[in-house]
Amino acid sequence: MVDSLISGIIPLKNGMMAIKMKKGSSHMDKIFKYVAIGAGTYIIALVVMIVVNLSTGSAQVWQQEGIGFLTGSDWNSVEGRESYGAFPYIMGTLVNAGIAMMISVPLSFGIAMFLSELSPRLLRTPLAMVIELLAAVPSVVYGLWGLLVFRTYIQDWIETPLHNLFGDQSIIFAGTPFGLDILTASIVLAIMIVPTIASISREIMLAVPNSQREAAYMLGATKWEAFRIAVLPYSKSGLIGAVILGLGRAVGETMAVTMLIGNTTGAAAIPTSLFQPSQTLASIMANEFAEASQGGLHLAALVGIGLILFLIAFLINVVAHLLVARVVKSHEGAVLA
Amino acid sequence: MITPEQRAEFRKHFRYNVGRRLVLDKIVKGIVFACVMIAIIPLIAILVNVFSNGAGALTWEFLTTVPGAVGSDDPGGIGPAIQGTIVIIGLSSLMGVPIGVMGGIFLSEYGNNRYGRTIRFLNDVMAEFPTIVIGVFVFVLVVLTIGDFSMWAGSFALSIVMLPIVMRTTEESLKLVPVTYREAGYALGIRRWRVIMTIVLSGAKNGLITGILLSVARIAGETAPLVFTILGSSQFISGLSGPIDALPLRIWRLSSLPYDSAVTQGWGGAFILIIMVLSINIGVRYIFLRNKEKTFIKFRKQGRMS
Repeated sequence: MVDSLISGIIPLKNGMMAIKMKKGSSHMDKIFKYVAIGAGTYIIALVVMIVVNLSTGSAQVWQQEGIGFLTGSDWNSVEGRESYGAFPYIMGTLVNAGIAMMISVPLSFGIAMFLSELSPRLLRTPLAMVIELLAAVPSVVYGLWGLLVFRTYIQDWIETPLHNLFGDQSIIFAGTPFGLDILTASIVLAIMIVPTIASISREIMLAVPNSQREAAYMLGATKWEAFRIAVLPYSKSGLIGAVILGLGRAVGETMAVTMLIGNTTGAAAIPTSLFQPSQTLASIMANEFAEASQGGLHLAALVGIGLILFLIAFLINVVAHLLVARVVKSHEGAVLA
Repeated sequence: MITPEQRAEFRKHFRYNVGRRLVLDKIVKGIVFACVMIAIIPLIAILVNVFSNGAGALTWEFLTTVPGAVGSDDPGGIGPAIQGTIVIIGLSSLMGVPIGVMGGIFLSEYGNNRYGRTIRFLNDVMAEFPTIVIGVFVFVLVVLTIGDFSMWAGSFALSIVMLPIVMRTTEESLKLVPVTYREAGYALGIRRWRVIMTIVLSGAKNGLITGILLSVARIAGETAPLVFTILGSSQFISGLSGPIDALPLRIWRLSSLPYDSAVTQGWGGAFILIIMVLSINIGVRYIFLRNKEKTFIKFRKQGRMS
């Protein structure tokens, strides 16, 4: 150690000594920096490549159908009579995700409020962990459980009574309750996105300074009032971001929905009733992929649906992250450079 | 500032109807507690169902043999699926982890500028992305070009899924290492890249391992990208190309078969998958939670000594 230090001391002309301690050339620093920048750039390259590849892969169907691919509702893969329209699946995706959001948003806000405001300190960490474990259960396991267990309960306890009560006259409860339909898929989807929304909302509520709550308590507010007048206004935009993030996940969720939604194609998939089998953008890709022959129009149509899903999900995620980032400002590097 | 008039108004507001307000408070607390219960019930139900139905399917044959012919008396096992999942996790970690860690280093050490913020943002967006779109993308890019489904295509797709998670957690854990550590390194005359590779990375080791393991748990359960890239098969891996099988994919295929034996096997597969995923998650959280506190205490002590 000392030897290397001494050998690094270089006498200079004017009698001063400079210690040459930096070993190796400065090129290594530059190379390392560029490798790191390259790894970061890989993400941008991936996003660009996804757009380019999905566009070229689906060019055939856009040429053939034009804008009709977005608005049409035919779906026929018989050779010679091929015709593709994604409208029913866009609607199916939106309705399915919408119902799931209606169920999961109040639930998640309740959980987040419990974890950030009411929970005893002892319960807080284990409960947050349980919620995060819910998020870790693979999608296909939710699907299997929904298909083999949950479906029969839904069919016997919810759908049949509702159907008997309102009958076929009411539009949203029309159709034979079969268990594999929009309602079942939405409820399982809701169970799946609760952890996402709940854990982000909790973080956002915890980011509200305690002085806000204390001020409300000082005025004599109850817990709920303190939450309403101090926490909610402060975290509003972040909570909206959390909801939109959950929406992004709901829109892209594939396996569980594919196993539960019943999978019809064409105009029959346009959702009108809760008890009606339908189809989402993600589920039709997973279902029909095995049947599509390489290089055919059918495959191009499925890739085109992938492009539509990409654009919807990208838009949702960008908006959500802009809203969340405004509240939770942990998004800076460690080193000021 | 709150004016005296406002204060009087607040007081009046809060004095008004105390009994009703307390009742409302109780009601809201009850609703909130019910929300928590409702959210926990599915988790318990899923765990109970998977464990009770899946444990019965577990035999040595089930874990090691190839699946039998569809509908035949001999249901066979899920050996190829387990093998495929392990191989794919290994390969995609090889592809995803180095790039993810380097990307995290970029975000934390060089990323305090406009370019860094752009990448951080895109990374966050990618982390929540529909994985099926990634599957279609890899299908168009790799499978159509090469002309065959392969484990490489599947691993590439899963490496894209795990990349943002690794990058994010790497960045977060590198940021926990105090800047003074880096400065101490510079003061000793160590070059920046050596400081990062030795001092900063070893300080952030626990966080790094946590991130990598969590991302492995995530991709172990991914199904959608695999549908498009490895297709599924009922044989053990025989070569570098050609379709292979994976656990989630096998569960999906089994669930669509109308036989009791297939259903039992599906539960068995789900049992193994959920044990894998949850043990990684719980284990990592347990170790990390303990070590995180230790790390903070370590850093605090050393900060005070300096």
